[in-house]
Amino acid sequence: MKLTDYEKAMYDGEHGRAKARAMDLLVRYGEALGAERLVETNNVAGAFNASTPSVQPIAEKGMEHVYSELNLDSDEVVEVPHMVAHTCQLITGIDNDNWELQGVDKSLVDMQRKNEKFLGRRGVNMFATCTPYQVGNVPVKGEHCAWMESSAVIYCNSVLGARTNVEGKESTGAAALTGRIPYWGFHITENRRGTHLVELDIEVDDMMDWGLLGYYIGEVIGEDIPVLKGTSHQPDLVKLKHFGAAAASSGGVEMYHIPGITPEADTIEEAFGGRKVKDTFRYGAAERREAYEKLQSATEKKVDFIMLGCPHNSIDQVALIAHMLENRKIHPDVQLWVHTPRAIKQVAERNGYLDAIKEAGGVVMSDTCPAISRRLPQGTRVIATDSAKQAHYLPAITGVEGWFGSVRDCVDAALTGQWNGRA
Amino acid sequence: MDIVTEAKPETIVLKGRKVVAGRAEGEALVTSETISGWGGINERTGTVIERRHEMRGVSFAGKILVFPGAKGSSGWSAYFHMTRLNGVQPQAMIFTRMTTKIALGAVVTRVPAITELDQDPLSVIETGDWVVIDADAGTVTVTKKKSA
Repeated sequence: MKLTDYEKAMYDGEHGRAKARAMDLLVRYGEALGAERLVETNNVAGAFNASTPSVQPIAEKGMEHVYSELNLDSDEVVEVPHMVAHTCQLITGIDNDNWELQGVDKSLVDMQRKNEKFLGRRGVNMFATCTPYQVGNVPVKGEHCAWMESSAVIYCNSVLGARTNVEGKESTGAAALTGRIPYWGFHITENRRGTHLVELDIEVDDMMDWGLLGYYIGEVIGEDIPVLKGTSHQPDLVKLKHFGAAAASSGGVEMYHIPGITPEADTIEEAFGGRKVKDTFRYGAAERREAYEKLQSATEKKVDFIMLGCPHNSIDQVALIAHMLENRKIHPDVQLWVHTPRAIKQVAERNGYLDAIKEAGGVVMSDTCPAISRRLPQGTRVIATDSAKQAHYLPAITGVEGWFGSVRDCVDAALTGQWNGRA
Repeated sequence: MDIVTEAKPETIVLKGRKVVAGRAEGEALVTSETISGWGGINERTGTVIERRHEMRGVSFAGKILVFPGAKGSSGWSAYFHMTRLNGVQPQAMIFTRMTTKIALGAVVTRVPAITELDQDPLSVIETGDWVVIDADAGTVTVTKKKSA
């Protein structure tokens, strides 16, 4: 792999041991990919947190050990300097306020807080959300990024037109300290063009419609790049957040085009950019139904737990839930958790949404989600969620039964204790 | 093309591209399905846990893992990284589809890895075959298991 003089100097240790170890990882990784060079990045979103029992033995030796081992793949324990790239922390395993409700051991909470102090001083911004683009990290078109979190990567590439591959804990750790990432995959223009045409035969309008469409497409095309034709309604941040998260869960979609809406293509032709169309398929009522049925893994109508906010909710989503719960009480046998970034939670508090949800018996959580933390209210057997991603992962990870539906169906289940959702 | 003949042990050599340097030999564990890291494996036992996966309940610890590659969460590398720290990593990786997940995962698992082979490893290699992988030379030498 070709390195610039500056990169070579970092590799040779002229800028300190941490950068030398970071460059070593980036060179090994770049060569594994077959990349010819690195590219500069000033936008890193990674997982630096220490919040699981498996990290505890390493964290007890000191937070430098955690970063060296888990974020740099380095046997040598290095002193961690300030990050050179703008860097943020994605979702973590522990809600710093509601950890008792999650059933987290106090020693793990202390570890996460200690680690946050260590990282915060070094420039890792504690967004603690899977949606950094909702709380201030909105890369511009063409910006080279190094992001983890599949639902954020697909949003970054497709909706914002910025460029990132699905990075990992070690590559983001190295990118944050060097401002470099392998120039490969979605950093290269030719690799961003469409591969499949999806013709929509039905209206796709509300959030549930978009989630189902994404879930269907991901299952059909795996990791290819869909181009949508025939969209009936203008989507917004929330709908595309759900569409992308679903497509990245059932498949591995990291990029899509909606000509006229997403920034890299005004027309179908531009979306394919001369690339041969691998396949064309239609999405109609039968396909929507198929996606809906695949997302249901429950048979028991009596629900215990309603999970809303995956990916983390926008303020409008929190407002809608608060409105639906106003002056009502959720069923005594049901727990309702609503997930939103901490920064948005603060707005929700000032608006009174938090009180409305609390008074109805629900909880607003931040920093985490049940799939990442693997923590649900005790005794949960049947869940309901408005997120295709959570309906896909949570039953597989925790063994619960899951219902998927609209936010209205989920709130109705919270109030009645019964699932009455409809496709 | 079925190149396996009866009775006599047979040796096949595949040529490919080094992903991670090194040499290893051992018993092959072959799956035609991609593997998830986060949510797909138990990092303490090296066992596949994904529901509906054909290798569910099977451990890849100490095996030459032959598979299409990685899928799922960006936590892939972190989970395979943990299998190494826990001593339950595969001995080597042979795969067919390059992604950032598998590249970074192979690097941090620190096992010999190879891809872009001149024959499809998923059809040439079967579970139980003896495999020698020399990533620097770009070779995979397969000795077919004796048929019963």
